[in-house]
Amino acid sequence: MHELPITESILNIVLTYARKNDVRQVMAINLRVGRLSDLEDEWIQRYFDYLSKGTVAQGAKLKIERTPIKLQCNSCATSYDVEITNISDTVCPSCGQKNSKLISGREYYIKDMEVQ
Amino acid sequence: MEGVRLIEVKEEILADNIKLATAVRERLRNTKTLLLNLMSSPGSGKTSLILRTVEGLKGSLRLGVIEADIDSTVDAEKVAARGIPAIQLRTGGFCHLDATMVTQGIDALAASKFDLIIIENVGNLVCPAEFDTGAHKNVMILSVPEGDDKPLKYPLMFTICDVLLVNKIDYLSLSDFDMAALRKRVLALNPNIKIIEVSCKTGAGIGDWVAWLKKEVDAFRLD
Repeated sequence: MHELPITESILNIVLTYARKNDVRQVMAINLRVGRLSDLEDEWIQRYFDYLSKGTVAQGAKLKIERTPIKLQCNSCATSYDVEITNISDTVCPSCGQKNSKLISGREYYIKDMEVQ
Repeated sequence: MEGVRLIEVKEEILADNIKLATAVRERLRNTKTLLLNLMSSPGSGKTSLILRTVEGLKGSLRLGVIEADIDSTVDAEKVAARGIPAIQLRTGGFCHLDATMVTQGIDALAASKFDLIIIENVGNLVCPAEFDTGAHKNVMILSVPEGDDKPLKYPLMFTICDVLLVNKIDYLSLSDFDMAALRKRVLALNPNIKIIEVSCKTGAGIGDWVAWLKKEVDAFRLD
């Protein structure tokens, strides 16, 4: 639902880097997005295609790597991946405690871009 | 044909919003005004909770309200009718508030001095969770008719909140809502969240909520 403002931010950052690096054409943009985000990959690409018309980023492919939801145990500091569907039964695989904090899964990050 | 090269970017996509949100937090810290972002689905009781909060505070705090709606002023009118300064932001179709819009709201309220400003975010459990508004505290409402499975469907919202208010507990006897299952799911995602059961209709639990709010505002003032 909020893909449009997110896509605008991606395009702004990409165009800033393109200007700084004398880019003629952006081929692909590599993103890292946490699994807790509800972004739909297909819609980000559609909005991007629309917004980037007439810029050096027109036609660029967004490649989205989804990072897992990771918790870290407050007792023994072990970190482990979880699935939301069985979150209420999740315990630390190392010590069996339930008290863990979220350390990854919310990322919204541009790693790099492939350009000519 | 020219070869493809790789340019490192390493940027947070929402960096501009985070920067502006941080500025909002600092600005209000300087004026000792606690900014609270209230989020929920449509119809779960955000405006009713604000009206109950006004009653519960009995004028003990200087309260202002920033209302966000896609295109109406109904909520701000209800709050203003109780003598509380309220600004209505029309998001013009946007499904959430961001730090730019909140800055406009705070600017509009800036003529007065407040201990607490409550933002009533757009009714939605998805988008508002992604955008930092600059609030010092995030609070969400889940109402009993929505069901106890919402943490599984909208996990991000439950991870970013300091308080979960479970509203409409007067409906519990009519529903198969499983409070224990809800608590288990929410606490697995966010062990530090405070869960308060309330009913804006009967007033149950509102005392606990107002007590938490006063304690937080006092701590913020002394900080």
